[in-house]
Amino acid sequence: MKLRKEAIDIVIDICDRYKDEPSPLMLILSDVQKEYGYIPLEVQEIISAKTGIPVSDIYGVVTFYNFFSLEPKGKYVIGVCIGTACYVKGGQNIIDKFGEMLKIKPGQTTEDGLFSLDDLRCLGACGIAPAVSINGKVYPKVTLAQVPQIIQEYREKSKEE
Amino acid sequence: MPRKATTDVKIKDTKALDKRLDEATKKLEEKFSGKDGKRHIVICGGTGCLSSNSQLIHDELLKEIKAHKLEDKVTVNLVGCFGFCSQGPFVKIYPEDTLYHGVKPEDAKRIIEEDLIGNKIVEDLLYVDPATKKRVTRQDDINFYKKQVRIALYGCGTINPEDIDEALGYDGMKAFRRALTMKPQEVIDEIGKAGLRGRGGAGFPTGRKWQFALDQKSDVKYVVCNGDEGDPGAFMDRSILEGNPVAVIEGMMIAGYAIGATQGYFYIRAEYPIACHRVETALKELRQCGLLGKNILNSGFDFDIGIRYGAGAFVCGEETALLNSIEGKRGMPRPKPPFPAVKGLWGKPTIINNVETLANVPYILREGWEKFAKIGTEKSKGTKVFALGGKVKNVGLVEVPMGTTLRTLIYDIGGGIQNDKMFQAIQTGGPSGGCLTIDELDVPIDYDSLVAHGSMMGSGGAIVMDEDNCMVDVAKFYMQFICDESCGKCSQCRIGTKRLLEIMDKITSGRATLSDIDKLHELAQSIQVGALCGLGQTAANPIISTLEKFHDVYIRHIVDKKCDAGICKDLISYHIDPEKCKKCSLCARSCPVNAISGVVGKEAFKIDQTKCIKCGTCVAGCKFGAIYKE
Amino acid sequence: MANKVTIYIENHPYIVDEGMSILEAAKTCGFNIPNLCHWRDHKCSLASCRVCLVHVDGEKRLVPSCAYPVRDGLHISITDPAAVAARRTSVELLLSNHYYNCQACRKNGHCELLEVAREVGARPELYVGKKTQTTIDEIAPGIVRDTSKCILCGKCIEACKDAQGIGILGFQNRGFNTIVGPVENRSFATVPCIQCGQCTIVCPTGALMEHNDLPKLDQAFQEKKVVIAFVAPAVRAAIGEEFGERIGTNCTKKLAAAMHRLGFYRCFDLNFGADLTIMEEATEFVKRFAQRAPKPMMTSCSPGWINYIEYNYPELIPHLSTCKSPQQMMGAIIKSYYAEKNGIDKANICVVSVVPCTAKKYERSRPEEKVGSLDDVDVVLTTRELGQLIRRSGIVWNRLPDEDFDHDLIGENTGAGVIFGVTGGVMEAAIRTAYHIMTNEEMEPVVFAPVRGLEGIKEASLSINGIKIEIAVCSGMKNAKVILDQVKAGTCKYDFVEVMGCPGGCINGGGQPYVFPVFLPNEDPDIWYTYREKRAKILYDEDKGKPIRRSHLNPDIQKLYKDYLISAGSPLAEKLLHTSYNNKRECYPDPTPETTPLTK
Repeated sequence: MKLRKEAIDIVIDICDRYKDEPSPLMLILSDVQKEYGYIPLEVQEIISAKTGIPVSDIYGVVTFYNFFSLEPKGKYVIGVCIGTACYVKGGQNIIDKFGEMLKIKPGQTTEDGLFSLDDLRCLGACGIAPAVSINGKVYPKVTLAQVPQIIQEYREKSKEE
Repeated sequence: MPRKATTDVKIKDTKALDKRLDEATKKLEEKFSGKDGKRHIVICGGTGCLSSNSQLIHDELLKEIKAHKLEDKVTVNLVGCFGFCSQGPFVKIYPEDTLYHGVKPEDAKRIIEEDLIGNKIVEDLLYVDPATKKRVTRQDDINFYKKQVRIALYGCGTINPEDIDEALGYDGMKAFRRALTMKPQEVIDEIGKAGLRGRGGAGFPTGRKWQFALDQKSDVKYVVCNGDEGDPGAFMDRSILEGNPVAVIEGMMIAGYAIGATQGYFYIRAEYPIACHRVETALKELRQCGLLGKNILNSGFDFDIGIRYGAGAFVCGEETALLNSIEGKRGMPRPKPPFPAVKGLWGKPTIINNVETLANVPYILREGWEKFAKIGTEKSKGTKVFALGGKVKNVGLVEVPMGTTLRTLIYDIGGGIQNDKMFQAIQTGGPSGGCLTIDELDVPIDYDSLVAHGSMMGSGGAIVMDEDNCMVDVAKFYMQFICDESCGKCSQCRIGTKRLLEIMDKITSGRATLSDIDKLHELAQSIQVGALCGLGQTAANPIISTLEKFHDVYIRHIVDKKCDAGICKDLISYHIDPEKCKKCSLCARSCPVNAISGVVGKEAFKIDQTKCIKCGTCVAGCKFGAIYKE
Repeated sequence: MANKVTIYIENHPYIVDEGMSILEAAKTCGFNIPNLCHWRDHKCSLASCRVCLVHVDGEKRLVPSCAYPVRDGLHISITDPAAVAARRTSVELLLSNHYYNCQACRKNGHCELLEVAREVGARPELYVGKKTQTTIDEIAPGIVRDTSKCILCGKCIEACKDAQGIGILGFQNRGFNTIVGPVENRSFATVPCIQCGQCTIVCPTGALMEHNDLPKLDQAFQEKKVVIAFVAPAVRAAIGEEFGERIGTNCTKKLAAAMHRLGFYRCFDLNFGADLTIMEEATEFVKRFAQRAPKPMMTSCSPGWINYIEYNYPELIPHLSTCKSPQQMMGAIIKSYYAEKNGIDKANICVVSVVPCTAKKYERSRPEEKVGSLDDVDVVLTTRELGQLIRRSGIVWNRLPDEDFDHDLIGENTGAGVIFGVTGGVMEAAIRTAYHIMTNEEMEPVVFAPVRGLEGIKEASLSINGIKIEIAVCSGMKNAKVILDQVKAGTCKYDFVEVMGCPGGCINGGGQPYVFPVFLPNEDPDIWYTYREKRAKILYDEDKGKPIRRSHLNPDIQKLYKDYLISAGSPLAEKLLHTSYNNKRECYPDPTPETTPLTK
């Protein structure tokens, strides 16, 4: 796979943004992940060339942190909290239900590229457990019955867009 | 919110600061007391309430105010977490101090029309005391708040965290102002005498940590604020950062002054976007008014703060892993010694303090160590913020003096167990901690008592379990968590936690033998002394603690293959009581795997145990309570 | 001098250097604390294997002795029951995630994990459970990676960084899914790995090993090929270690005897090929120098180094000498001059090269090396594989007599050829001959000391006929990078640079016998720091003892030029003995099904 020139420019821009930082790798990767949605090897090679950090080190960092992804994520990333508070209130059942309905496992993306499913460690929203976060929007006290509705909501939303 | 122009005014020296503080204080007092002739609405803008539409409530209120042309008489703004998360979103009205709970966007119209215009309290939005069944108007009269003392949470839920002048008007920077008049050693002595201990886990004395760093000869030193709060079920750091970021920044500035650092770093979980945003805003505002940067207040002290974001690795809450992460490496812990205070970030002396610890610092310097040391117990001074969660009635964030008993926490503040079920245990310290049982309810909450009872303070998660929780399953849950979050560096943790989890899995699925208990013991003990970092060393604590306190539950799982709480799916089965079955077929239709069969109206329905996946959907579906589990 | 402090091990006092790790300090006191991830030069910052745990008074937990510094009055207990148990548990846990099939494992006999398991008394299969997903990469010609054996000690990562400057190997993923490998868990063939094999000489288990080419040799014998072998200089400096000889024992004559008993048609000393290389390379240098070609000229004997420059500095390839390496020259001469003069069908010859190197397994397959349709060399065996070959052939090393390598038309060799095996040797040999070419006189003394020694970068200057020549010698790509960056920046002052892929040169090649102190009870405790010097000394001593010490005085070489090649750099020499380089090698080509390692 070869990257388009605009894509390369974005990555180079991001690297330049942090050229005065002593250890810019995490900052660069966070921004690339945000702007790009994922961090493929080609992008890591560019970062390596710009920063002098070996590709093997960058790859090691990307695969260490949950937030960085080597593959594109779905349009809507469904994060189900399975922190303790959510777990004792049935968070596991919620994620199972999402998985069952979308026919994917946590960490996977649906074939149409619409949804990714993640199990999240604590969102810190324990007061409203079990919580589900979709592209940053948090759904409080989610019940099993709500799961199909939530999925439907986003299916329709994507059609509108 | 329109930005106030005063933000841009540089505060050049202490005299200018005093003036600014006076102005800000006066203004805030007027706001709360109504002397400015206005009424002010504040809305909880913590993550919990925001997810329950508090932003929308804010917008609706604004709309209503405009519709009624009240712009000159009423203001609206978001504030930090109120703490009583299960009852949110909260709306509070000054100067009357009326507190509405469980507000919905559609209530905005009534609040404006009935209360703000009609001066009549909207009764049905008031909190009802479950014991007395009476409506409570003011926050301080709610039981949940009565036994709390707010030091770390100072300002949270009161001030607008995105307005620097509200922070300055609420005692902000007074402590830093005082610190500048002291020698660094005096600042450290003050923290030492106050008896402040780290709030992030192990409770190491903060003053001593700072002293190590001060004693290092180095041209460059760092202060790091550990905001990588990761214990599942703990969110106090998030709330502090969301509610009063300036207090934490002030704590860092004082720490920087005390040890001789000129640069600080926040390390905040990227899962906390609101906290990140508010800290960024506060840093920007402080820089604009000259409270961060070169030669602060003309004192010769330079200090600035950068932000780094955690990228989803629990282990980065461990201080050396956090340092590696800031340095752009895999978050794998380093062996200690050397300790970070000697050789930390980029090899330079570094102190790493937790958010809550730093939030306590301004109080100590502002009010004096004596006042702080009066709170708490002999060896654990001050307060501790807990994220009270699980099966307790009042879920939320509570700050209590050290030494408060678990009973007070659970029953007085927490309001007891949901649905009045039996209390079984409370887990403190998250995955590094242990559980305390009904016999231990009178244990005072302090570092040493909790350790003596096989648990630990940890960062302050407190999850209450009732009779419906299976303690073996809970221990397995924590093991699963640690196993997922192990960095993979050292053999004891990487493989040891996996093997522990596998044994727990055998137990909860009925495949274990009694010799597995011995294996759990042996492996757990080895990991405790043999793992590289705190995460690994404490990984087995939930198992060790439950093995000791719920030994019979383990035996029941292993020998009788029974889970009395009905949680461990492999050990339970669902049955339909033919007597109670009304032959309606509702259960059969709700079953996702078609495991239930029968003839409508004629034949009682039955569950095919070979097909049943034990999801429990049918139980919820049956209106006659005919389905039970064994 | 470090401060001396008193420590106590099991309450017995010892005086040691302050700041050493407990592990190193204990070693000087006569203890060997088991360990698996300890890296030389006190560099164990990992402390990850948890096999070296000991009790220290005042610490709540056990401490890793490899990373804990000693201080005055420190009380250490190795026999503390909790420490004994934890060390054993660490090994048992490692074993529980290790596919142990020890009988079939080529590392058996040199496996530190197996040895440590024995030492700590690990109970078999106490912990059983799921294992981390494994990958087996046998695609690259030089090195095989089998993660089912990997214990994540991270030593290969350090070695790779040390040798390659940047590093191909790294940790990836997290927790139980952590593995060590090239990015994307690729094959070494689709990343810029130079196949130097430095990772294989530190791997405590069989996770990283040389590609096994003995089956190819077996096939050649089966096909009744004329199998002609030769042995590189550095092999003699280490082969004895395979059979329990003390490190630093010269084994040239026993080695020749062993080779004679393995069924080869002829068995030559590759020193001859080295002499030939010097003839071509010195001539090339003198020519380039006279033409004022862009400086410096860089040597091309080390295939790891060639890989490195092709991947990382393709624009500097014109600086490389076009000379093939001694191995390739030797093969080319056997399949031309030797075959023709002896009337052997060159297509029926199988050339076997025994070298200290894993990258040479790759070099032999380079299309640029071919003469016509024939490869110069057909099978490349490392020193370790030769050890295995000797063992399986029933040869008792200790009973071998002293013999000489074959001398049949070719084979005579000089002291200049033998020092090829150590960093600086090529340069020294080249200077001896270049001096002669430029002055028609012999350089005296013959030894050029400034390029000797194991430092990473050595520089010197010499004056020939009043002309000053600046030279440099470096080994390990970390050091080569320094010089390459100078060349790139236009600040390089050197005229001639020798580069070797492995730190220390071929004596420390990736195919050399393992130096694991745990298997070397009769060596000094610091053998891990001194073995390279000891091996180097063998070669320098052999040079000293040779009647001829200058390549151009080798009578077989003189005859070769007179009867066949005509002169160094002649068209025939160009065709047989020179090569070209690929400046279009992609560092990370898209993997194909053929280049994707097997994952199970």
